[in-house]
Amino acid sequence: MDKKEIREVIAKRAALELNDGDVVNLGIGLPTIIPNYVSADVNVTLQSENGMLGMGAAPAEGEEDPDFVNAGGGYITCKEGASSFDSSVSFGIIRGGHVDVTILGALQVDEQGNLANWIIPGRLTPGMGGAMDLIVGAKRVILAMEHTAKGRHKILKECNLPLTAAGQVNMIITEMGVMEVLPEGIVLKEYNPLFTLEQIQEATDAKLIIAEDLIEMRKN
Amino acid sequence: MINKTVKSLAEAVQDIHDGATIMISGFGEAGSPIELIHALIDQGAKDLTVVSNNTGSGNVGLAALIEQRRVKKMICSFPRTANSTVFPELYNAGEIELELVPQGTLAERIRAGGAGIPAFYTPASVNTPLAKGKECRVFDGIEYVLERGIKADFSLVKCELADRYGNLTYHATARNFGPIMCTAATTSIVQAKKVVEAGVIDPEIVVTPGIFVNHIIEVSNPAHESDLVAQKLTYPW
Repeated sequence: MDKKEIREVIAKRAALELNDGDVVNLGIGLPTIIPNYVSADVNVTLQSENGMLGMGAAPAEGEEDPDFVNAGGGYITCKEGASSFDSSVSFGIIRGGHVDVTILGALQVDEQGNLANWIIPGRLTPGMGGAMDLIVGAKRVILAMEHTAKGRHKILKECNLPLTAAGQVNMIITEMGVMEVLPEGIVLKEYNPLFTLEQIQEATDAKLIIAEDLIEMRKN
Repeated sequence: MINKTVKSLAEAVQDIHDGATIMISGFGEAGSPIELIHALIDQGAKDLTVVSNNTGSGNVGLAALIEQRRVKKMICSFPRTANSTVFPELYNAGEIELELVPQGTLAERIRAGGAGIPAFYTPASVNTPLAKGKECRVFDGIEYVLERGIKADFSLVKCELADRYGNLTYHATARNFGPIMCTAATTSIVQAKKVVEAGVIDPEIVVTPGIFVNHIIEVSNPAHESDLVAQKLTYPW
């Protein structure tokens, strides 16, 4: 799979985790393409940390308004029913448990559901932005990310980068499969048949628990 | 008669003193009061502590204020955005301080500062390096970290509509930190896209009540930071 196919596989599968009526906050990067794959009969309300519920797609070229931007600074539109509010209300929504699902990327995740995605020591961090608030506040935390970083393990026994939050990750979706983070460890629930279970384990530092009801990665 | 409008950008920022703590609204370019920041560059105050979500981009606005070596410390959540080069270079050279704060904690610290709350507990940053040395406490089985409210001497804020009383409305995601910064600063200085007659803004849609605002200047055609950055402009031009 090339980079584009990998992103598409991950985004398509992640889209299946969104349910009708969910309030959803998407991280920057790969997660932003997930709405493109959400079924037409599933209506979700997208929250943007900088103060909007009911965020719509990117505007047509020439229609951009610098006052309408998403968390990554990209131009957006708003849907019917949208609302805007200040940053303290926005993070009240986030921290107060009013976001059903957040889907974001990671540098590292481990068996305890710990997540590191904001700093590599020795380098100036871009910053954590709203990630620390989102991860502790959202009801479900799903990571949508490539399984390895150019071959280097990202799904670890124990994160060695500074954490963004401890014990908050519920699910990991990669091009190789879908994993749930449970008290007993990381359980492989679905796998991409382009890979063998041995290859998936090899690409994972943590010991994967193979679900008894393991299936191929769902497409719908 | 209450009339908080001033005649020029220079007059709006004239009282800002060396060593001041200044909150500056904006999330990236949305809501960033670029004309007020440029007026502050012209005005000359230095050794500033700036509270703002980002550090500006290109060589205009907040990035230009930093480039002019007028900021000794930044308090922000996301210092390095796509086009920010000025802050990272000075930071890596050890020439500017950084206090990194999770965005929700930053917003709540500002809100608390304006609302008479000296400190509060939040779950964000627990078990991370940011919580080190801070008081932690468990409520209902969940661990929280104590964070302090924050106040400022001045805030520079961009809004949509204002009246002479200082009542403000905002536009879409350009609202972001503006309303809370107006409450947390001793003196709030606002650039409005339009100053309207008193009574035009329905009390029900006022976002920032006028008592939080001190000076208003109309900037009817504010520059778009991204346009200035694309043109590779540097302030002062």
